[in-house]
Amino acid sequence: MPLILNRRHLLSTGAAAGAAAALGPRQSEGHEISGDVPWSAGDANTPDFAAGGGYQFLSSAEVEFLNAAAARLIPADELGPGAKEAGAAVFIDRQLAGPYGQAAHWYMQGPWAEGEKTQGYQSRLSPAELYRAAIKAIDDHCRATLNGRAFAALSADEQDRVLSGLEKNEIKLADVDAQTFFDVLLQNTIESYFSDPLYGGNRDMAGWKLIGFPGARYDYRPYVGRHNEKLTFEPVGITGRPGWNPA
Amino acid sequence: MAKKLPSVDVVLVGFGWTAAILGQELTDAGLNVVAIERGGWRDTPTDFAVTFAQDELRYYYRHALFQEPMRETLTFRNSPDQTALPMRKLGSFLPGTGVGGAGIHWNGQTWRFLPSDFSARRHNTERYGAQAIPDSMTIQDWPVSYDELEAYYDRFEYLCGISGKAGNLNGRIVDGGNPFEGARRRDYPNPPMQMVYGPTLFGAAAKDLGYHPFPAPSANMSRAYTNPLGVTLAPCTYCGFCEKYGCGNYSKSSPQTTIIPVLLRKDNFELRTNSEVLRVNRDPSGKRATGVNYVDIQGHEYEQPAEIVILCAYILHNVHLLLVSGIGTPYDPRSGEGVVGRNYAYQIVSSVNAFFDDKLFNPYIGAGALGVAIDDFNGDNFDHAGKGFIGGGYLACWNTNGRPIENHPTPDNTPKWGAKWKSAVAKNYLRTASVSTHGAVMSHRNNYLDLDPTYRNAYGQPLLRMTFDYTDNEMTMSQFLTERAADLARAMKPREIKVNARKGHYSIVPYQTTHNTGGTVMGDNPGNSVVNRYLQSWDVPNLFVMGAGAFPQNPGYNPTGTVGALTYWAADAIRSQYLKSPGPLVQA
Repeated sequence: MPLILNRRHLLSTGAAAGAAAALGPRQSEGHEISGDVPWSAGDANTPDFAAGGGYQFLSSAEVEFLNAAAARLIPADELGPGAKEAGAAVFIDRQLAGPYGQAAHWYMQGPWAEGEKTQGYQSRLSPAELYRAAIKAIDDHCRATLNGRAFAALSADEQDRVLSGLEKNEIKLADVDAQTFFDVLLQNTIESYFSDPLYGGNRDMAGWKLIGFPGARYDYRPYVGRHNEKLTFEPVGITGRPGWNPA
Repeated sequence: MAKKLPSVDVVLVGFGWTAAILGQELTDAGLNVVAIERGGWRDTPTDFAVTFAQDELRYYYRHALFQEPMRETLTFRNSPDQTALPMRKLGSFLPGTGVGGAGIHWNGQTWRFLPSDFSARRHNTERYGAQAIPDSMTIQDWPVSYDELEAYYDRFEYLCGISGKAGNLNGRIVDGGNPFEGARRRDYPNPPMQMVYGPTLFGAAAKDLGYHPFPAPSANMSRAYTNPLGVTLAPCTYCGFCEKYGCGNYSKSSPQTTIIPVLLRKDNFELRTNSEVLRVNRDPSGKRATGVNYVDIQGHEYEQPAEIVILCAYILHNVHLLLVSGIGTPYDPRSGEGVVGRNYAYQIVSSVNAFFDDKLFNPYIGAGALGVAIDDFNGDNFDHAGKGFIGGGYLACWNTNGRPIENHPTPDNTPKWGAKWKSAVAKNYLRTASVSTHGAVMSHRNNYLDLDPTYRNAYGQPLLRMTFDYTDNEMTMSQFLTERAADLARAMKPREIKVNARKGHYSIVPYQTTHNTGGTVMGDNPGNSVVNRYLQSWDVPNLFVMGAGAFPQNPGYNPTGTVGALTYWAADAIRSQYLKSPGPLVQA
């Protein structure tokens, strides 16, 4: 019963007399929570792990392209492994096979218009569709202009020139905006290199070791006051680290 | 056909900070309260456990805790002569969804506004003359003063257990605190956080330059704290996963860590999750809200009657609900008339990176509100004569995180990829400190929210349309602040600096802040505002609208402290005035 307009009730209970009545049995089919804080044993909203096994989305030609591109975007060198060695293709494959690849959480209704840069992503392609269309278009472009060779067959210098042409929108691709794809590819490659290894990239925590990021730790209290000190942490991931686990 | 449910005293739309506070206050007053939240239940042990909370990809880059554009988004354009297009994925701001709202994934930077911020038009006119405020700038005084809100700021800070140092205790300036702040009745409930190296260097440099550095007020706990409701928070562990993440350690104030454990155990409170409110219903007179309609996750629609309706969703959703419910007159920028959606504002930010060879900052030892700030260039704390702008912002050296996808600064002229990029990232990751600026945005005639004529949400309703760009005032001010930040960064004696100034039109793409304000602004009459000084609708007196939508313009601070204070202020008015005599609390 509504209390507010029941002035006699207000007068009789005062304004802080506590509940006059519980809200009664469940009234609707939404998730109704009352009486206590919900909790049940073993209930944990854990991350989706990248499954092992073969590629789930990418074709072999697409894997070749991504391996070649990752090796130029973050190359292996004297500092350590690059994005290719750290598993960029597996990472991107699992991402494209999942909700991100399908743009499952994005607003993907028309009408479609190019818009201003300040208005953001306006392609009707999901990331999976974007990769599929763009890799084919880039390989077609390379074959047409570089003696019939796909991107993966080019020399490192040639690959850098193609990537740079995409980055600056100097290469025009059929049906795909080159710069849009380059931005997504670079972002996903950086993600692969620095995200938790459970997603398939950052193999052996190569990205974290390169820079000195300790990973999924949660308590640095002993180190807060140790200013300007070189601290050495073995990085750990959400699933632990290789030294903890049997090979 | 919606199924009609039994009536309740109060229905709260959304269940973040403002709804949790109101739920607690109004159930204490003996009312039956139902909160309706579009997202799901979530809590520390099940959803942000320390065994998996430190996941940069999942939480930031795949938006695990945020509003899904697929269900609800807006369209955006810079100016009224453009065609707005949908925000297809999140970028510039990250509204929350689910229990706790954005109070789950905030950094915890918890400020009070300056006393003069509450009288922006009168104060600036008196000091600089009427010509200091251009005709197109639609700022107005708040209908509530700092002094009136002080007790309510205090309540929110003690609810949260804010860590900080007072700079003005009852008018007495205290060394080491912020000397520019308004007088506070007592010190913060907890001492400042232990400081890491970068902010410490910044504080020393600021002092050398004659400024007044102080530890920033933080909702990350500097020690264990039991709040007035009896809920205990744990000491922060400086893990560096605050903003965009839930805290796994009960160390960041949120509805879950301060109120919900008490509120949910009350028998006159109920929460409905996965239920999206689609409109506010009114009686035939149009002057009385009768409740709300909402749809649950299975698509079933319900009517929830209530004696009081309080909008507690994020500001964008509150404005949308008023517009789709036909409550209040939508703002029209051509005539300047109408109020719903008027005076939308935001924040303007920039930064300067300082790269060192000989200093290690270990950025991963961080917390969302761990830093040292100066307020010398905020509000009207400095003379604006001849500067060409009003307002200001704070400058700070934060050490929020070393999460490497987001945070791998490189000097000027570094390529964005390739071997040179890789070596620059490796060289500078541990050796970079940053000074950031956090500036005010004044309200402007052409910055507003209304309904989009073309695009629709998952429920078939028109999307909200945002029209926003920075004006000369903000750009000139931000340039001024950025130059001061560069001076400070240089004073820290780095090898080199990199200035990330605010350039060009506002873009909805890069993350900036989730400090959207206005659209349901408060004022002293129905011609300039949606709500009165108690956040009560002028048009529908049993409807209240919470949140930063009430800000007539956006001062140079993070909004949550003031949102919390305003909520306690409104709750007090409902309890002490409205319940005794339901009706308008201010006569139009």
